[in-house]
Amino acid sequence: MDYTPHTEEEIQAMLERVGAGSLEDLYRHLPKEVLNPEISLPEPLPEWAVLEELKRLAGKNKPAFKAFLGGGVRGHHTPPVVQALASRGEFLTAYTPYQPEVSQGVLQATFEYQTMIAELTGLEVANASMYDGATALAEGVLLALRETGRMEVWVSQGVHPEYRQVLLTYLEAVGASLRTLPLEGGRTPAVEVPEGVGAVVAQNPNFLGALEDLAPLAEAAHRAGALLVAVADPLSLGVLKPPGAYGADIAVGDGQTLGLPMGFGGPHFGYLATKKAFVRQMPGRLVSETVDAEGKRGYILTLQAREQYIRRAKAKSNITTNAQLTALMGAMYLAALGPEGLKEVALSGVAMAHRLWELLLEIPGVEPFTPKPFFNEFVLRLPKEPQTVREALAARGFHAATPVPKEYGENLALFAATELHREEDLLALQAAMREVLA
Amino acid sequence: MSYPLIFERSRPGRRGLRLVKETPEATRYIPEKFLRKDPPRLPEVDELTLVRHYTGLSRRQVGVDTTFYPLGSCTMKYNPKLHEEAARLFADLHPYQDPSTAQGALELMWELGEYLKALTGMDAITLEPAAGAHGELTGILIIRAYHQDRGEGKTRRLVLVPDSAHGSNPATASMAGYQVKEVPSGPDGEVDLEALKRELGPHVAAIMLTNPNTLGLFERRILEISRLAKEAGVQLYYDGANLNAVMGWARPGDMGFDVVHLNLHKTFTVPHGGGGPGSGPVGVKAHLAPYLPVPTVERGEEGFYLNFDLPKSIGRVRSFHGNFLALVRAWAYIRTLGLPGLKKAAALSVLNARYLKELLKAKGYRVPYDGPCMHEFVAQPPQGFRALDLAKGLLELGFHPPTVYFPLIVKEALMVEPTETESKETLEAFAEALGELLKKPKEWLEHAPYSTPVRRLDELLANKHPRLTYFDEG
Repeated sequence: MDYTPHTEEEIQAMLERVGAGSLEDLYRHLPKEVLNPEISLPEPLPEWAVLEELKRLAGKNKPAFKAFLGGGVRGHHTPPVVQALASRGEFLTAYTPYQPEVSQGVLQATFEYQTMIAELTGLEVANASMYDGATALAEGVLLALRETGRMEVWVSQGVHPEYRQVLLTYLEAVGASLRTLPLEGGRTPAVEVPEGVGAVVAQNPNFLGALEDLAPLAEAAHRAGALLVAVADPLSLGVLKPPGAYGADIAVGDGQTLGLPMGFGGPHFGYLATKKAFVRQMPGRLVSETVDAEGKRGYILTLQAREQYIRRAKAKSNITTNAQLTALMGAMYLAALGPEGLKEVALSGVAMAHRLWELLLEIPGVEPFTPKPFFNEFVLRLPKEPQTVREALAARGFHAATPVPKEYGENLALFAATELHREEDLLALQAAMREVLA
Repeated sequence: MSYPLIFERSRPGRRGLRLVKETPEATRYIPEKFLRKDPPRLPEVDELTLVRHYTGLSRRQVGVDTTFYPLGSCTMKYNPKLHEEAARLFADLHPYQDPSTAQGALELMWELGEYLKALTGMDAITLEPAAGAHGELTGILIIRAYHQDRGEGKTRRLVLVPDSAHGSNPATASMAGYQVKEVPSGPDGEVDLEALKRELGPHVAAIMLTNPNTLGLFERRILEISRLAKEAGVQLYYDGANLNAVMGWARPGDMGFDVVHLNLHKTFTVPHGGGGPGSGPVGVKAHLAPYLPVPTVERGEEGFYLNFDLPKSIGRVRSFHGNFLALVRAWAYIRTLGLPGLKKAAALSVLNARYLKELLKAKGYRVPYDGPCMHEFVAQPPQGFRALDLAKGLLELGFHPPTVYFPLIVKEALMVEPTETESKETLEAFAEALGELLKKPKEWLEHAPYSTPVRRLDELLANKHPRLTYFDEG
């Protein structure tokens, strides 16, 4: 089947009007060497059979809803009200709001999203979203380099390893250099930043889950004329001091923790917030309030001179499609919870993670690694290779013990807990871990 | 009256969702100095207020589900409802769960990769890029790594882009550290071959083309272009934004392209979501496979796995495995249609465009490059009419307008892409509307639209005094 409405008669009438004898005729001006290649694809299926096939594939997976996995993606409750509202066809099937008169829904929702991200991060402006946390970081750092006119970046090892890999890819492209600051005792060391560095990057809570006081790093960066780019889990900002309050100039992160489905890693959305003074260097879309011809309040894409379809090769970034719908879901989640609800969800995860930490440390051979205080993820040193521990746990029906890259040390595994967990879930994991590590 | 903001519906103490039974004291776990002092000023609303707010916003928004949306080069085709259910089946997978517990997801990715390779005629693929422009960046970085590996990284510093190209092409090349040179289009709307020949040489890294191009015309001399590129050691990049027209009928790989990006949200019916998320897989010929971003999805003896072992890889371009739930939707689309359905969809997108083009010509619109158009075409209004006014007039008549003022080489351009999922009567009604607009008084057109949620907005004010958040006092 397909989704075309044409009847055979209509096709014939239309072909006649355009002077073609058949559908094949529409392609007769293409070089014959490339026309009608042999392509091997499975036979088309009726709708029910496609769904059946998808269910078969889905059945080969073990959902990780109540997982103990973290590392930038966590299982949180996606409120049905958010799912239902974001599924409305008008939001789902619209494009970038180039015609603001009929796009006030997306535009106003984006303006509200920008406001919520600015509030969470303690910074003045946020753009309409980036692809994910990692690309938001890369673009945030490029913004800092444009602003400072420098080409050197220092990044803490506490920043998610995959984010650092993406950052490296982007920086190599423009010929900027990247230096990694190794963690000391699980935290970013206090360092002097030399002139020439344009951006210093750190994450709080960091990849190991530890809380860091980044104010001294912000001061060191500012003394050298550099900007501090902070990576922060937006859910944590319901409780933790916002990046703007400890001196960050740019804050970035991934919005998945704001009630978005994990989706095997995407789509989520990246957020990017900064000071109003830097707004003309910002990548991506921005929505501004304005008035219409009758003086009525309305919303419109603004400062488009930064963008690729106006400035082409001189644009601030090539980003066009961002992550509007998922960012909208993040905003709906924030609005559904409000400041109190957000704080409750965040703290519930904190409490569960600390309880899990205690329980797992009761197992012989398991040692702490993430220094306290931590948020709702932490790393432990296991007496066995984490890869085999994760596999053995998976065989027992548990998703836990994400192997931590060797750059941080040997036999390290990451654990997380959220508002979804109950005491009995933690005890069940403890029992399974005992078995696996025995 | 203005539509209220969610912040204006907020009342201190009003509560929506409670997801937690009891909340522990923060300071029990986190020292005071790490805690935020002032709570973020998020809205405080109950669930019904939330539902009414966003439902109201959705009614101030048009999409393909509500309105004909013939936005050129954006391929706003119908997004099947099946796909939303399909995506939900995979929502609760974590990217770091053990691969043995995600074999179905990896199998789906591997299969989709095979389908896309077959449809593009490429040898290897990455599904990681999150959007078309992100795919462009990935593709150009792959080309860059290839030249560097061959010791030509320092000499090949230029990327050639036709003057009709999407703006993202030059922006991408520039993000990858390249200089950009425009190649003019000829009088027939296709790349000027002589001009291209003059630019080609050992200093050129890549040519970025879309075929059909943004005038909706198939570059008939494409085999000559790819031969010239090959002779000059230049890599040919295919911008997949316009693949919908030729899907199943002709493949970029057979035309001589070395790299292809796809826009799954255009050609393969993943909803655009008001501006994303999209998905931009990149296919390459065998000589470029070693440079793909990590990880790739492979099939081994013990099942499907993520391969990180690509020593020449450009690195990562995104976290985790890309926009996986977009991949599920594209997979469902390809399995529903199969090759015959995909070819029919492509052919009907072309037929719809040609039919609409004839209808518009009969209404007095001009088509400056009137070759055999593919899935889209660029029209011009008669003298004295502005594309912008016609676009706003269309809004008043209940249609989403075409892309206006693009491509830049056509004055007052209206770039129309009806797509295959629109019926003959919709096309006829649209042509009627565009015809009717030419009979409206100038005054009426200049002030349209009238009955939309807001009238024409003051763009200048937004630029001079942007107000970017609710709490921004300016």
